[in-house]
Amino acid sequence: MHNLLSTLILIPLIGAAFILFVPKGRPNTLNNIRWIALITTIVTFAVSLLAWHRFDPTNSAFQLIEQGAWISDAIRFKLGVDGYSMPFILLTTLLMPFCIVASWVSVEKRVAEYMIAFLVLEALMIGVFAALDLVLFYVFFEAGLIPMFLIIGVWGGKRRIYASFKFFLYTLLGSVLMLIAIMAMYWTAGTTDIPSLIKFDFPVSMQKWLWIGFFASFAVKMPMWPLHTWLPDAHVEAPTAGSLILAAILLKMGGYGFLRFSLPMFPVASADFAPFIFFLSLTAIIYTSLVALVQEDIKKLIAYSSVAHMGYVTLGIFTLTEQGIEGAMFQMISHGLISSALFLCVGVIYDRMHTREISAYGGLVHRMPLYATLMLIFTMGNVGLPGTSGFIGEFLTLVGARLVNSWIALFATTGVVLSAAYALWLYARVILGKLVKPELMSIKDLSLREAMLLGPLAILTIYFGIHANAILDVVSVPTEPLLASIKTAVGSVKAASLVP
Amino acid sequence: MSSPLAALPVITPAIPELFMGVGALVLVLFGAIFGQKSYAFVRWLVMLVIAVTLILVYLSPSARVEAFHGAFVHDGFARFMKIAMLWGSLITLYIADSYLKDTKRQAFEFPLLILIATLGMMLMISANDLIALYLGLELSSLSLYVIASFDRDNVKSTEAGLKYFVLGALSSGMLLYGASLIYGMTGAVSFAGIAKALSSGVSMGAIFGLVFILAGLSFKISAVPFHMWTPDVYEGAPTPVTAFFAAGPKIAAVALLVRVIEQAFPGIETQWQQVIVFIAIASMGLGAFAAIGQKNIKRLLAYSSIGHVGYVLVGLAAGTIEGVAGVATYLAIYLVTSFGAFACILAMNRNGHYLEDINELAGLSRTNPALAFAFAMLMFSLAGVPPLAGFFAKWYVFAAAVNAHLYPLAIIGVVTSVVGAYYYLRIVKIIYFDEPCEAFTPAPVAIRLVASAAAILVLAFVIAPAPLVNAASLAAKSLF
Repeated sequence: MHNLLSTLILIPLIGAAFILFVPKGRPNTLNNIRWIALITTIVTFAVSLLAWHRFDPTNSAFQLIEQGAWISDAIRFKLGVDGYSMPFILLTTLLMPFCIVASWVSVEKRVAEYMIAFLVLEALMIGVFAALDLVLFYVFFEAGLIPMFLIIGVWGGKRRIYASFKFFLYTLLGSVLMLIAIMAMYWTAGTTDIPSLIKFDFPVSMQKWLWIGFFASFAVKMPMWPLHTWLPDAHVEAPTAGSLILAAILLKMGGYGFLRFSLPMFPVASADFAPFIFFLSLTAIIYTSLVALVQEDIKKLIAYSSVAHMGYVTLGIFTLTEQGIEGAMFQMISHGLISSALFLCVGVIYDRMHTREISAYGGLVHRMPLYATLMLIFTMGNVGLPGTSGFIGEFLTLVGARLVNSWIALFATTGVVLSAAYALWLYARVILGKLVKPELMSIKDLSLREAMLLGPLAILTIYFGIHANAILDVVSVPTEPLLASIKTAVGSVKAASLVP
Repeated sequence: MSSPLAALPVITPAIPELFMGVGALVLVLFGAIFGQKSYAFVRWLVMLVIAVTLILVYLSPSARVEAFHGAFVHDGFARFMKIAMLWGSLITLYIADSYLKDTKRQAFEFPLLILIATLGMMLMISANDLIALYLGLELSSLSLYVIASFDRDNVKSTEAGLKYFVLGALSSGMLLYGASLIYGMTGAVSFAGIAKALSSGVSMGAIFGLVFILAGLSFKISAVPFHMWTPDVYEGAPTPVTAFFAAGPKIAAVALLVRVIEQAFPGIETQWQQVIVFIAIASMGLGAFAAIGQKNIKRLLAYSSIGHVGYVLVGLAAGTIEGVAGVATYLAIYLVTSFGAFACILAMNRNGHYLEDINELAGLSRTNPALAFAFAMLMFSLAGVPPLAGFFAKWYVFAAAVNAHLYPLAIIGVVTSVVGAYYYLRIVKIIYFDEPCEAFTPAPVAIRLVASAAAILVLAFVIAPAPLVNAASLAAKSLF
């Protein structure tokens, strides 16, 4: 099969079309819809494993390439993956069945539309990571806003409308500036083919403007301080599965964008702007960790902790060191697993108590021992305890930062302490202590369905914490040529400036 | 000895127009003899005439040919614009029937006036000198004034017609004044003659004339600051007529503007570019901000159309082949989207009462999921969100502006498009997020067909954008 990637994009769309034709109003309609969605996402995952099997992780070039005519000779339909995009595709297809199962009971109204929105979103997310044409990338990147807007707005909480508008307009505003940069690149290079653009030398003066255009989009998506304010709102109001996708995949598009576009295409500008990024990242790590400490809503706390964790990602990427970039990639994958698990954990107790106030809980360990154990694993992962996947990413980015500047590493490390503070304190307040609240007396432990959601994520969190090379071996392959080319580009500019 | 036919002017390039004109005259006679009961028959015949014209235009060569001593020109650009515009007239007649029936206005004059307006617009698109320009413009405008007030017992419709007429007459006056200045300064009425005269030196008078002509045409395309009539006329005119205004006349007037600029004033780009850039920025800005507060869907789309004219002008401001191709692509996509949106508005009907308040759409996604989906997709397309067709329309005009190094214009443009996205999203919000109100009466087939066809085209454009894009770029090449 030579069109594995487009098949991967098509399967969810076909599943969505099937749901459209499920006869309405029968007693088992809802279950049929849920099963179709689940089977579709599982098949997609299986096909993505097949793609992984075909993928050669030791080769730094783009693989599984397929292309066809699209808009013109310069703007073509081109898909392909490398060591940066493949892990994200697997992460996407892995987490989608979790989203469907997590919504099995909690979503009761308009189930068909809900599942269609998620399947369409999955297709678009895979497209974002597989696109090897800049315009195609932009189309997938932006199109994802529509299903996510509907997911937050239709199935969200009380302030869903405010949150959905904020999410949509914020992201759109960032992206249109990237669009202008894409147009300028198109006219300068004469193509929007990503591999050709990576090889193309943009003039240094132009690189800066292009870099800013892309930064506007990715910084909002990431989100980087101070453009992060849409995220807590969106997370709090979105349904559990929506928060999961938002945290696990959509945020990663920012980091992926920096690695795929900003670094290889604008190496000189990336090196020049690195101190600026360090400043924003350190602020994000310290400031949003402090903000997370005082949150009263569990989801909001996790949302702020996401912003802080994304700070490590941007920090790592712009250290322009092997450790930093690989650490950032690892951190993104690991955060994808841990934050989705944490949102699922919140979903579990929210489904029971219909509140996310931290003060409404306490002493859950007495009634929910299994839940308490799993939550502990994810909390430790979030803190970055050695042995969990959270540790590797943070550690490597800190090593990368240390190679650039010890002070940066020092400030970034305070974030580790702060994350321990807010995550453990949250755990203590919700899970530990005496069970005194009368409403909690009859709360039930995890059902089989919920245990099957959280269990595999816990296993993966620990597995990647111990066997870090499973990810590092893949992401290190494209990192070496990337760093080499950045070094050459920056070196030649420096050399040119030395010539009298 | 030469053949007697050689003495006749060359008329072959104008055969579609001549066919239309003869058809219009015959049908006027027909209507006059058989009276009001002939409405249905006249409507079908008018649609047939337009369809045949459409085929004739399709078959016409895209090489540049002139007729009537250079007053009339037919080329690839005219062909593209005429096809788009004729589709607009055809769809208008197709969706107008049920509305006219419900408002008891099934008069045979309606299809005839659309036909004559369409003929005028054909002539506008093919105008190659200042006189043909004015004749075509007035032929279409006079018909449009009448159909704007076609619902003549309705105060708002009458007001719309009157406002349109008074302001339209003023703009025609400005246009004529500009034309006379240009003629006085250059001694030529043909576009090529003007361009030749201007190439040897530009006088202040000619620039004055240019500005007056641009002002007059800006009225017709409802660009800021000559847009004041648009919201009132869009709101007051019968809904199918509003749909027609949003598409056909706009296409014709933009085509005319492009031709005047590219063929009569190519040498003084710095002069007209300033004007177009200003008008584009003002239109995009006003279109984005003024629509936010609107509650009437037709008024809202009026402001939205002002904004879209701004985006079209961004392509024109670039003054390049890519820019004109962007204009052509934009207009074709806007035509489809706008007709889809107006078909959805025509479906907002409870027992013969046509509703215009956007809050009547509340919860449409539950009462009529198909219509809701079509409406939402069309709104996202108007907002320019990928993967819908509206994104590609914006891509081409802004890419042309970036290529011409008009970065501030492009950046202001995309930012206003984000502001504009807010009110399109608000409609989607009402449709999808709000609690449902009473369901609409099921719409007639014509309206459902147009709404769903438009939504499908807008959605599927991403799969095969090349045909339209290539056609538009071929059309643009014929002007340069």
